[in-house]
Amino acid sequence: MGCIYQTEENPHFQYVLGLADDALILGQRWGEWLSKGPTLELDIAASNLALDLIGQANLLLEHAAELEGKGHTADDLAYLRDAHDFRNHWLVEQPNDDWGVTTARMLVFSLYQYCRYEALVKSSDAHLADIVAKALKEVSYHRRFAAEWTIRLGQGTEESNQRIQRGFDMLWRFVPELFETVCWEQTLADDGIAVASGTLQDAWEAEVTLILTQANLSVPKGDAHQFGSRHDGHHTEHLGTLLCELQFLQRSYPTASGAVW
Amino acid sequence: MADDWDLYEVFIRSKRGSSHKHVGSVHAVDSRLALESARDLYTRRSEGESLWVVAAKDILASDPLEGDALFGPAADKIYRHPTFYEIPDEVGKM
Amino acid sequence: MYTTDLRTAEEKAEEARKGVPRSALDTDALEAEFQARIDADAYIEPKDYMPDGYRKTLVRQMSQHAHSEIVGMLPEGCWVGRAPTLKRKMILIAKVQDEAGHGLYLYSAAETLGTSREELVRQLLAGEAKYSTIFNYPTTNWSDVCTIGWLVDGAAITNQIPLCRCSYGPYARAMVKVCKEESFHQRQGYEALLQMMKGTEAQKRMVQDSFDRWFWPSLMMFGPPDSNSAHSSQNMKWKIKRFSNDELRQRFVDATIPQAEFLGVKVPDVIVKNAETDHYDFGELDWDEFMAVVKGGGICASNRIDARKKALEDGTWVRDAASAYAEKQQVATVAAAE
Repeated sequence: MGCIYQTEENPHFQYVLGLADDALILGQRWGEWLSKGPTLELDIAASNLALDLIGQANLLLEHAAELEGKGHTADDLAYLRDAHDFRNHWLVEQPNDDWGVTTARMLVFSLYQYCRYEALVKSSDAHLADIVAKALKEVSYHRRFAAEWTIRLGQGTEESNQRIQRGFDMLWRFVPELFETVCWEQTLADDGIAVASGTLQDAWEAEVTLILTQANLSVPKGDAHQFGSRHDGHHTEHLGTLLCELQFLQRSYPTASGAVW
Repeated sequence: MADDWDLYEVFIRSKRGSSHKHVGSVHAVDSRLALESARDLYTRRSEGESLWVVAAKDILASDPLEGDALFGPAADKIYRHPTFYEIPDEVGKM
Repeated sequence: MYTTDLRTAEEKAEEARKGVPRSALDTDALEAEFQARIDADAYIEPKDYMPDGYRKTLVRQMSQHAHSEIVGMLPEGCWVGRAPTLKRKMILIAKVQDEAGHGLYLYSAAETLGTSREELVRQLLAGEAKYSTIFNYPTTNWSDVCTIGWLVDGAAITNQIPLCRCSYGPYARAMVKVCKEESFHQRQGYEALLQMMKGTEAQKRMVQDSFDRWFWPSLMMFGPPDSNSAHSSQNMKWKIKRFSNDELRQRFVDATIPQAEFLGVKVPDVIVKNAETDHYDFGELDWDEFMAVVKGGGICASNRIDARKKALEDGTWVRDAASAYAEKQQVATVAAAE
């Protein structure tokens, strides 16, 4: 069965869906920390992050559903697509592992998300620009949170330094995907709707390097370059497992058969 | 949970024009972390727009047993209150 | 020392040197003043004189309450990943987050009496402190999460509203905040159940099943019957308990049964409206089960504590790192100042 999100089919919808899926999947990951955090204060911080991200996902999915124009709701899109129809980056679907890996991922991603949203505030898609303007405040806090914990762990103890370095080393192979500009994305960018991912790389690299240096951490080398989900729906194994949990109730008690939540 | 982290008292100003008010405490390793935890814990429902945190160990509180000595003397200085003075009604509001 | 003992280090050192607490005045007079203050419906504040029993009872009660909030995050938190819609997911995250917050408010209030959170948590993990036995029951379907909101939070609120006027200031203030925030917990749960009852037969069955399992345990949340309650009369005198277990239980049943009927679940046959008293009679509760669960016989008792222990152990290196970092920063600041 072919992926329904071929490039020629409604790239605007796919693009917004990609933004939504990144927020949704990462939000789901943050939700997993609830009641497992290193302190109760961090449990609360983690759930704030989850709430921000799922809130963004909800708004972005609603907008995506409008752009799709097939009468789907945000929940339909979140709960009834299989993995190959998800447009999120590999980075966000990776398991939380420990607090070091989770923090490293959050730094990499929230810096990226911030750059992206900052550019999209000027999108000619006014609805998208609105959503992103609100989300930018949240991500601005996420970025700060991740940077502070990166520095705290990097400079803390030998163990914490090793653990967060391990996080960056493990996840670095998913970085190139963040900055791939695909042809349809370039077209959208030319129309002022999207931002070409490749254009964000320099600013992102400068910031991440600055923070890692301050944290006594080394910048890993990234050369693994594979085609990502936004091209053709390829994911790592982890997304399927995540969706099992996310979608279980909607699949077992389908709204289409009369279930009401 | 926080093994031997210090206690910080948290104060919130709910809106500009009001003063900061004590709301509770958090545990933190330093004041910066205390501020972030306080933000996460005490402003989940837009309770404030400004936060102070102060290490509990830096607060000196008065002793309730000395309450009379400290605050009693003010009680009989009734001439400090406007109602102490009788002004004839004809003078109007003053 | 990380309690809200609001003395300076110098004061404490001074007192230790003298070896005489400043409060070593006439204890009888102090106690009389203390009780008079309570009788006048005034508040006791952290540094005030209070009898040891009052302090101990409060620490026990507040920490049990705090532990219940924290352990209570587990049965619901495990459904965050599976919540059926994005809206329900956000609501549940916010609710479980509130519980962490309420736990912290209460630990913070308990600490004003001189026992640290670290010590309170140690007691919980060592099995020396109790938490609400209701959380030793498992959440086996989604409806349980909603029913917990309706019944468990509902019972908790019934218990807590009178505590907003309890005699200990920090506890009363914490309860005001908790109650204000918790009313959303009960409403969201009931509303979610109402929605499910509009759905399929399978969903209705889920709701009924969860009502059947949670109803009786929620009544037990009010504690043993008055005839068998160890601390009641002294606590009433101290105004850290304002109504008896049975009074509150009856109040909850009277409020809940009409809600259950409106929802459309079948309530147990034994529950009937007593025309004479205008209250619902509900017969005897299974106190053997209650006592067994109190003593750790619930399906989930050890899972709950293990989960808390694991979170704490897994996070040790993070807390150590934060402490080490703070120390380094402090050294650096001092060095820069010199």
